[in-house]
Amino acid sequence: MRVKSIITFSLISSFFLFSLISIWKILSTLQGIELKTLNFNFYFLSGIIISIISIFLSKKLNKLFKVILLASIFVLIDYFINGSLPIWHYIGTFLILLFFVNKLFNYNKKHFSYDFSAQIIFFDFLTLFGIIFFSFVILFPFYLMLVTSFKTQALLLINPLDFSVDLTQDIKTLFKSYIVVFTEYNFGKYMLNSSIVSVGTVIITLLLGIPAAYAVARLNFFGKNFLSTSILIIYMFPAIVLVIPLYTVFSQLGLRNSVFGLLIIYTATTLPVAIYMLQGYFKSIPKELEEAGIMDGQNWFGIIVKIILPLSLPAIASVALYVFMIAWNEFLFSLMFLDSPSSFTLSRAIQFLNVGAETPRQYLMAGSVVVTLPILFIFVYFEKYLVSGLTSGSVKG
Amino acid sequence: MSNSLSKIEKRTAYALTLPAVLIVFAIVLFPIFSNVWISFKEVQLKDIRIPEPRAKKIVKSIKNEDTKIKIIYKLRNSSLIQDIRDVKFHDKFPSNVKPIDLDQRCKFLSNKVQCDFGNWSKKYREQFVIFFETKNGEKIDKKQFKLNKPNLKGKADNILLTSDFTLSNFKKVITNYEFKDLLLTTFYYTFFGTVGAIVFGILSAQMVNQKFRGRSFVRSTLLFPYVAPVVALAFTWELLLDPNSGTLNNLLLNYSIIDKPINLLGQKYVSIFVFGFEFKLRLALTTVIIFEIWRYFPLAFLFILARLQAVPKELYEAADIDGAGPYTKFMNITLPQITAVISILFMIRFIWNFNKFEDIFLLTGGASGTRTLPINVYEQGFSIGNIGMGSAVSMVIVLLLLFFMLIYFKLIGKRANES
Repeated sequence: MRVKSIITFSLISSFFLFSLISIWKILSTLQGIELKTLNFNFYFLSGIIISIISIFLSKKLNKLFKVILLASIFVLIDYFINGSLPIWHYIGTFLILLFFVNKLFNYNKKHFSYDFSAQIIFFDFLTLFGIIFFSFVILFPFYLMLVTSFKTQALLLINPLDFSVDLTQDIKTLFKSYIVVFTEYNFGKYMLNSSIVSVGTVIITLLLGIPAAYAVARLNFFGKNFLSTSILIIYMFPAIVLVIPLYTVFSQLGLRNSVFGLLIIYTATTLPVAIYMLQGYFKSIPKELEEAGIMDGQNWFGIIVKIILPLSLPAIASVALYVFMIAWNEFLFSLMFLDSPSSFTLSRAIQFLNVGAETPRQYLMAGSVVVTLPILFIFVYFEKYLVSGLTSGSVKG
Repeated sequence: MSNSLSKIEKRTAYALTLPAVLIVFAIVLFPIFSNVWISFKEVQLKDIRIPEPRAKKIVKSIKNEDTKIKIIYKLRNSSLIQDIRDVKFHDKFPSNVKPIDLDQRCKFLSNKVQCDFGNWSKKYREQFVIFFETKNGEKIDKKQFKLNKPNLKGKADNILLTSDFTLSNFKKVITNYEFKDLLLTTFYYTFFGTVGAIVFGILSAQMVNQKFRGRSFVRSTLLFPYVAPVVALAFTWELLLDPNSGTLNNLLLNYSIIDKPINLLGQKYVSIFVFGFEFKLRLALTTVIIFEIWRYFPLAFLFILARLQAVPKELYEAADIDGAGPYTKFMNITLPQITAVISILFMIRFIWNFNKFEDIFLLTGGASGTRTLPINVYEQGFSIGNIGMGSAVSMVIVLLLLFFMLIYFKLIGKRANES
């Protein structure tokens, strides 16, 4: 065993311990616990001590016993330093320590004698650290959004770091922000508008996109190459360069402030990507199947409905979900084209809340949760389809 | 035979593609071309309404004379800047009345008053009065007069369709002292946003590519920022970063890491001292770039992960036998395997970040040195209300975009040739 490896091991692992504990401390602070310092020195030092012990502690002792012993000692010292904090904080610290010490004992000590031991150890811990760090950084804003919606303005003013949610209060006070958002701010109506626009966009896009994609994928006609390249080019033109001409024309035609106008725009902007994604998939379907269809005397409608559609359901599902996501999340056009609250979509409504009179932040966040949750549910539930939609369609974003 | 078949095929193809092509043409291509048109015109936001003649009808009874009635029309040209030609007016009245001393411009025919007002200059206003009395001396019914509304027609030029063009918009855009700064800001935002997203994408993909418990959970979580609506995320970040009540500042204050709150979204520069040298960092811009990276690295992650999973395991095993360390393996096996994905990803993300509007608009509104070209389109066109200028700025975007696309398609073509 090399001294260098041991030093790297203990330094890196103690840094890892420090970051784990820090994240836990931040989360505890946000539950209203008074923690005034992250205490880098102490945790770093304990990390080093624990890692060295884990290397040299006698192999005769039972592993489970060792792990629990080290973790308990650490938590006891932690208790003496921080004083009396709620018991759940220490339980959490204890669990983190169990995880950490267990990791150390399970660490393959063979790695120490490899040529690139420092690098290997670094990579191993970086991976662990990275997973926790990335999850934390990604989830934190979502967590904040959710807990803020359950607080009140007054409580947040008293202690802006206390996000603990009192679950013992009755349901009505707990969900007050949501009730207000749906009754006073009319979010039910906006949700309906958003759903109409998004679902409508998906349906029209598919109705127009599937035949067009089929033609581009399968049929020979003049202008086909031009069409398939221009799809991609058009697709890359951003909304911001379309917004001024569309605004002036729609104003003169009186199409602003209508859900219908928005529907046309969304359909037109999502059609290129839908065609692009679908034709790629249609090309992968064996041609023989269609030839069999032609033998049976099917026309193109029959071929699309009876042969192509059943075979490409997964691809159509990805396109539908991707288009739904774009339409549901769209902001710029809804900002430019909707002025009267009766035609607002959810995104526009939340922006209106923020710009307008001083809306209490818990209402703003409740609104944000209302617009975010459906799309996240859909994503988690249909992850497979949406991910393939994202990968094949996301030259856009 | 085969000729007629191919004819049918062609006809079918046109029938299938036509609806999609038409709608895309109307909503996407037509605006791009009309942008060129508008950018050479001096148009203000308030001009785009076509001027129309308007009339407000007021019915007044006359004291002590209940067989007569006075009707006032407040006439005006809705536009403050354009004339209306050949204004025609007509209104309908009950059958038992007739007008007294009707204005010379008007005629009374079968219960209708028809007038020819001629041309109205801009800001034109007139109080037009007609008296009526009953034909047979009956008492007059005021309500009957309120039933109908006057009808006005006139001809006016649509300012968008006139043929005066000017280069002044482009001159203003390019000679504006902020233009260089604008380009620079856009470039910083686009470049660092793209590079950051790709770097974090590589890091996270490298991590998730290993086997561990909860891997699929981590994979879905990483995609959340990309899937969730911008509006919700931007406002949450605003709450997080707020200098007074924001969580981040309060946390940092709580742990005594800083001693006074930092206005991460509202401060243009921050001075950083490194070895005694002072560096000025664009603070708000950096924050916006970080948001950008946070929101879009999942996409890079997705692409790179898919590529990493396709790298043959044998390559790594062979490297193990050769005694290569993790760093060498990453540099010599992983990186060459993903360069193709990265270069395409870079171009795509570069183009899209270059066009990004919502993120900055929602976070800072383009204040404190975060104004990029797309934000400027909105600013010129809708905040200042100069549609022509806004269009000129979007033309600049389109030109740069075409240039980037050229590079992108060359890149794709090269890749296609290689494989």
